[in-house]
Amino acid sequence: MAALEIQGLSKSYPAGFWRKTLKPALLPLNLTVEEGETFGLLGPNGAGKTTTLKLLMGIIFPTAGSARILGRDFHDPEGRRHIGFLPEQPYFYDYLNAHELLDYYGNLSGLSREERRKRVPALLERVGLADAGRQQLRKFSKGMLQRVGVAQAILHDPKIVFLDEPMSGLDPVGRREIRALLQSLKDEGKTVIFSTHILSDAEALCDRVAIIHKGELRGIGVMADLKSQSADRSEAVWRGAQALGAVSGLLAESRVAGDIVRGVVAAGDVEALLDQLRQQRAALISLTPVQGALEDYFISRTTGKEAAAK
Amino acid sequence: MISRLSAITLNTFREAVRDRVLYNLIVFALLMVGSAPLISTISIGLEKQFLMNLGLSAISLIGSMIAILVGVGLVSKEIEKKTLYTILSRPTRRWELILGKYLGLVMTLIVNTACMTAGFYLALGIVSRGLGRADALPLVAIYFIILQFMMLTAITLLFSSFSSTIFSAVFAFALFVIGTFADDLRNFADVAHGLARWLATGAAYIVPNFSALNVILQVVHNEPVSGSLIFYNTAYALLYSAAAISGAVLIFERRNLK
Repeated sequence: MAALEIQGLSKSYPAGFWRKTLKPALLPLNLTVEEGETFGLLGPNGAGKTTTLKLLMGIIFPTAGSARILGRDFHDPEGRRHIGFLPEQPYFYDYLNAHELLDYYGNLSGLSREERRKRVPALLERVGLADAGRQQLRKFSKGMLQRVGVAQAILHDPKIVFLDEPMSGLDPVGRREIRALLQSLKDEGKTVIFSTHILSDAEALCDRVAIIHKGELRGIGVMADLKSQSADRSEAVWRGAQALGAVSGLLAESRVAGDIVRGVVAAGDVEALLDQLRQQRAALISLTPVQGALEDYFISRTTGKEAAAK
Repeated sequence: MISRLSAITLNTFREAVRDRVLYNLIVFALLMVGSAPLISTISIGLEKQFLMNLGLSAISLIGSMIAILVGVGLVSKEIEKKTLYTILSRPTRRWELILGKYLGLVMTLIVNTACMTAGFYLALGIVSRGLGRADALPLVAIYFIILQFMMLTAITLLFSSFSSTIFSAVFAFALFVIGTFADDLRNFADVAHGLARWLATGAAYIVPNFSALNVILQVVHNEPVSGSLIFYNTAYALLYSAAAISGAVLIFERRNLK
């Protein structure tokens, strides 16, 4: 059974003085996400990602179309027992502390008092807020609020978790923590669907990605395929600019900063490059596959000309 | 359903308490305790009536202001701050949210009124040097004041379900003032002619009749309140509140929460 099936879901808002013209926010969207998948909704700001998630969560109503989440109509409130949701830049009742907030949400999700008593402290521990659990949320930093947000989304052990820009506005440490939390959800076999405009996050976590631009689905990419497309190039960084002359014929591109050289080499030439660097007594610092396939795919799907040729 | 409803109700009550809404009780206590000795000196022989009038009017006014000022934010603040997103993505029904919020604020107002009533009777006991059986009569006026709060909260919630915080406050306050003079509107309808009569009669039936719930002067002059008035006022307040809440639910059920 598919975890999420969207059929022709669209949303338009009335615009103009008489509100008679309709401004589309999401053009008819068809999408299927399988159980256990980690799926990324990618697109620039205002692309329609948040609109899609708000429609699925019943926060706004569609102009047309339908969706099924875990086999149930997306309007069915009972179906939401198995759904977790983290909105973009979440705001919570700041007069509550994290413990009270999670207890409240647990109650709304149908957890018994006993279940809440066990799960809330365990979850605060999991998101690294065990010591701040009794502190009012108005004293929380943005990173802490985001962790509370993730905690409330997974509190009731949902089968499918939707997250809207989960890493947005976080510092590098905060982003890494949230990314680790998402990875752990993925490892538990949950279906994770998140929107982002940060491609490296999608690249690190997703099995598949959908590119949405100007309210339209522009393409769906399988990360494994995209990565294999870029596996034919590697980036080598070494110390020893004197070796550049001997290896320049192997490099697709190169950049020198003092004695450090960065060069991109085709997969078939890697061994030859390494041999030459050894001979020239250059010290290899790193050798990594070039990551950039998703970026290329994203740009090809969101720029006008390529999209028109699609 | 009951569990979710009570969770929303208690959370609304907790919000009011933690946002220091009940601090008004301190103002009321100071007003009552401070005025008791003063009244004894300036209104010889009428101190009890004066205190009853002042106390009951203060209970009514303070509670009405809380009903409007807190009520306008019940739904609109949740929409503006987007706290609803994490509630509606759970098995919570929209009507549960509206009803839970309503019950939470009514609960706050009842607790508030109970505390003020205790302060009122304390001051009354000081001025009268003890309380007698006849002093139970103001409880009827206080019961009607609570009915008024229930109606006013429902009306405010109705406006809050489709309008912004500021407009909701303006609409609710305007209706509160008009409702307070509903009897005058009915008297005008009786003497008017033609279109004015139709409009005034229509308006008199639509606006909440708060003047029927105001028996403060009657109680102050120790005139008994009939059982039938208590019955009709109770039925009227419950039906009016139910209609306003139903309206709020109908609007909110269809609203896109941008």
